[in-house]
Amino acid sequence: MRKEDIKPVKAFRILGRSIRDAIKSVFRNFSLSIASILCTTITLILVAIAIVITVNINHITKNLEEELTIVVYIESDTSDERLADIEREINNISTVSQVTSKSKEEWRLEMQSYSDTLNTTLNYLEENPLLDSFIVTVLNVDDLRPTALEIREIANVESANYGEGMVEDIISVFDIIQTVTLAMVIALIVVTAFLISNTIKLTIFSRRSEIEIMRLVGSSNTSIKLPFIFEGFLLGVLGSIIPIIITIYGYLIMYEQMSVSSSFSIIELVRPMPFVLLTSIVLLLIGSVVGMFGSARAVRKYLKI
Amino acid sequence: MRFIEIKNCYKVYKNGVAAIADLTLSINKGEFVFVIGASGSGKSTLIKMLYREEKPTKGTVEIGGINVGKLRNRTVYKLRRKLGIVFQDFKLLPKLTVYENVAFALECLGMKGREVRPKVIKALEHVGLKDKLRSFPSELSGGEQQRVCIARAIVNNPKLLICDEPTGNLDPKTSKGIMEVLETINKNLGTTIIMATHDKEIVDRMKKRVIVLDSGVLAEDHEKGRYKARESI
Repeated sequence: MRKEDIKPVKAFRILGRSIRDAIKSVFRNFSLSIASILCTTITLILVAIAIVITVNINHITKNLEEELTIVVYIESDTSDERLADIEREINNISTVSQVTSKSKEEWRLEMQSYSDTLNTTLNYLEENPLLDSFIVTVLNVDDLRPTALEIREIANVESANYGEGMVEDIISVFDIIQTVTLAMVIALIVVTAFLISNTIKLTIFSRRSEIEIMRLVGSSNTSIKLPFIFEGFLLGVLGSIIPIIITIYGYLIMYEQMSVSSSFSIIELVRPMPFVLLTSIVLLLIGSVVGMFGSARAVRKYLKI
Repeated sequence: MRFIEIKNCYKVYKNGVAAIADLTLSINKGEFVFVIGASGSGKSTLIKMLYREEKPTKGTVEIGGINVGKLRNRTVYKLRRKLGIVFQDFKLLPKLTVYENVAFALECLGMKGREVRPKVIKALEHVGLKDKLRSFPSELSGGEQQRVCIARAIVNNPKLLICDEPTGNLDPKTSKGIMEVLETINKNLGTTIIMATHDKEIVDRMKKRVIVLDSGVLAEDHEKGRYKARESI
């Protein structure tokens, strides 16, 4: 609001009138309003899908990353005291988050439980041929390789493996997926902004005579812009209703289906709450803010500013 | 008392067309002035410069002491609030009723609802359309639509009423009615009226001051009642 208009009561009256006119205008220009709302709805559905995919891929990759570990095997003739020392040394490495010991006896029992052949073979042997070990998890998946290299330097360590090659490949694939989906969300938001803004531009183009008359009867630019900005806001909000409903119910149904179906048991989706709520707020914000700015941008053209 | 003062005014459009050239004239408060001339003589440009839709390329256009050409785009609305403008094509909002169209001009200024109603009724009384409050423009004749346009122009009691060929789309009988309305406004409210027109019958009959433009130049300036139309106009 410009200086000359700063008379609070008058400003409130103009504000009230703008809101009233915006609501009226949505109904008066019904077909154009529907076009704007539908355009917003379609693009926001795409944005919602992109958000759901991005957030879930992030979630799944994070889960997978947490399961990546280093298995450290200790030489067969190492004493129990030395084993405890090695565990302490591994724990002292700054990138290590957890160290779990797994004795050769535990390995034997686990392997015996896998199959009868293994069971018979291991029973046949007088001595346990397996090695004592530690399962090491790291704070960050990028630390796997340097941590494994550092552990290998410790005396009496037979090997420290983390699935070399494959892990690096998985990490780089995850990185690519994350970057691509994030870029997709940003691109979709930009596309949404342009689509909504252009549809509103069309709406305003059809009402340029109204704007012209407002200018001619002495409306200030602010009081001309305000009803259109509120209208853009309203169209944005109305356009985000269906995407919000689809996000909430669609995600809840998908989450239930995925958790029931055994074929998807390895994929754990983000819990619906508060995820769907936050996504809905994001959709509402994108719709309303883009609607407002789209209108402001479009109406500016006819104001000779 | 001089109300409008135009001094050595030029208007050259971006495409190089010189619409107004070295125009100097003054108009007193309460005067009724016709601006006539052939198509392309600069009538519309002069009218547009008065309500600052166009800026003079050179020279000054002053209304009530305000140099209109110096106004910034974002402050033009202050000038327009003091003017009433009547167009040939009415410029009414088709989706608003007669009442709403006239009230629109006041609501745009942020006037209170209870202040708006009596002013709108009074303006519609002036133009004889009090009984058409709820009609839409499409339900009115051309003359009635022009009356609504005049009511909207005078509702805020402007000091100056600018009319750009207000009878251009109307038949002679309806035009006569519109001119009577304008004359009454001029007499009763003391509003200064500047009217661009092609209609020599009206100009002849009204016996007002007549300014003749020719290729953007002030060709003739006839005092009240001195003008006699020629075939060439």
